Amino acid sequence: MSLEELYKEVILDHYRSPRNKGTLSEADIELHRDNPLCGDEIDLYVDIEDGKIAGVSFDGKGCSISQASISMMTEKLMGMSQEDAEGLANTFKGMMQGEDPQDEDSLGDLVALKGVQKYPVRIKCALLGWNTFLEGLKNYREKHGEPA
Amino acid sequence: MNAEDIRKDFPTLDQEVNGHPLVYLDNGATSQRPRTVIDEIKRFYEEDNSNVHRSVHTLGERATLLYEGAREKVADFIGAPSPRGLIFTKSATEALNLVAYAWGRHHLAPGDEVLISEMEHHSNIVSWQLACQDTGATIKAIPVDVDEGILELDKLDGLLSNRTKVVAITHVSNVLGTINPISEISARAHEVGAVVVCDGAQAAPHIPVNVVELGCDFYVGTGHKMCGPTGIGFVWGKEEILEEMNPFHGGGEMILDVWMDRATYNELPYKFEAGTPPIAAAIGLGVAIDYLNDIGMKAVHDHEVELGKYAMQRIGEISGIKIFGPTDADRKGGLVSFNFEEIHAHDVGTILDTLGIAVRAGHHCAKPLMRKLGVPATTRASFYIYNTKGEVDRLHDGLLQVQKTMQGGLGL
Repeated sequence: MSLEELYKEVILDHYRSPRNKGTLSEADIELHRDNPLCGDEIDLYVDIEDGKIAGVSFDGKGCSISQASISMMTEKLMGMSQEDAEGLANTFKGMMQGEDPQDEDSLGDLVALKGVQKYPVRIKCALLGWNTFLEGLKNYREKHGEPA
Repeated sequence: MNAEDIRKDFPTLDQEVNGHPLVYLDNGATSQRPRTVIDEIKRFYEEDNSNVHRSVHTLGERATLLYEGAREKVADFIGAPSPRGLIFTKSATEALNLVAYAWGRHHLAPGDEVLISEMEHHSNIVSWQLACQDTGATIKAIPVDVDEGILELDKLDGLLSNRTKVVAITHVSNVLGTINPISEISARAHEVGAVVVCDGAQAAPHIPVNVVELGCDFYVGTGHKMCGPTGIGFVWGKEEILEEMNPFHGGGEMILDVWMDRATYNELPYKFEAGTPPIAAAIGLGVAIDYLNDIGMKAVHDHEVELGKYAMQRIGEISGIKIFGPTDADRKGGLVSFNFEEIHAHDVGTILDTLGIAVRAGHHCAKPLMRKLGVPATTRASFYIYNTKGEVDRLHDGLLQVQKTMQGGLGL
């Protein structure tokens, strides 16, 4: 795989200029997770209002794949219903695990991360933010008595 | 020695990766194997394959002679007084566990101390933690001077006491490349009656080793980092210590006689080699040692010092890179660990791979040392007999490309 295929400009752009970086003061989901093996870290903040994601931000450090994937995730999640957000996260995870996405359009720029598939040890970098989100969402639903 | 000629003996090196000629600089993880080793393993399976020490038939005798011949070669290679103290294991990790288990669990007691160092590989940390958990002993560590990349041996006197039962230290650091003064450490450890275990996994492939001069009681190594196959390692131990030790594993080969309620054990070194050993791998290791002896370990080390010096110079030319470990290449094995201040080691490793350059990016199974260095990971270029200055130049150019990609051309 060539350098340009893997490190696509959109990935590098999000890595150099991460979107939605910072904390949210009144977040419904607040979760810290890391990849102990490579040192990627994330603090994810999600504000949920009327079942929709009204605000999302993150703090973190790590490799370009983890940080760009998280930055792109925050952009996509904003305004989504919980169910759509969960569906998107699972579609993205499926793509990283080698499935052909049913609905590639829904992924948008995230398709740029598909090349990471070829580097098994880096897949967990790309998934860090998404797994953190899914775990946070599950915790939120349990706390609020909604079906997980 | 001529690295360009040596390269021709290693089939793996003759290939393109991602459209570029392979530059293999991950020898600290595993080396490549010369054709003679690969051919001998194939030949053994095609012509002599049999179990060792059991069969009275011709193939059995051939296999036994080859296997025991390999033992003699390994023993000679590390300057062991006799092959009787040379035990084959599946890896250096298993060898360290053998010592921690078969010696440690029978000699450690509450209040005793195991002295290791902050630059140990996990295998020389966790195996002792397990022994300590079972015996009530505790672990202490010689600190690393982060700036110099060496052990703070001025602290050794304060750490050693009559409570110290084991001093287990790496000969060469797999992260920093530091060559530790084992003979000095052995002498001081013996003054308090401690047993000295030396982890030679990163040393035996690269520098001349003589266990008698080192003064250690156990010396551990592995085949696959020194041109041999995977699945074969070794521990040499002083015979008087091995004699009074309990076995490690129970099974065939390690016994003299067995009743339903007890057994008597075989003589050295077979007491520690339960079950069918990795016969072909041991024989392959013997051929790898022949190969290294033909070059000469002094020449191997000189070549790596030269490459290490050149690599530190070339990598040092790049802005924003920090090099870890001793700055004096004469004092280290042929490896350089470094980081860009602003770029994660995994990005460095992946981008270099797209350029056909294989390095290690990660914590190198040395997380306590990573914590001490204050980084989650480093990038490591580790050299061997077949690497050239031209490959170091490729690494240098690759690192410039990493910087260009990740920083959008800034810093160039």
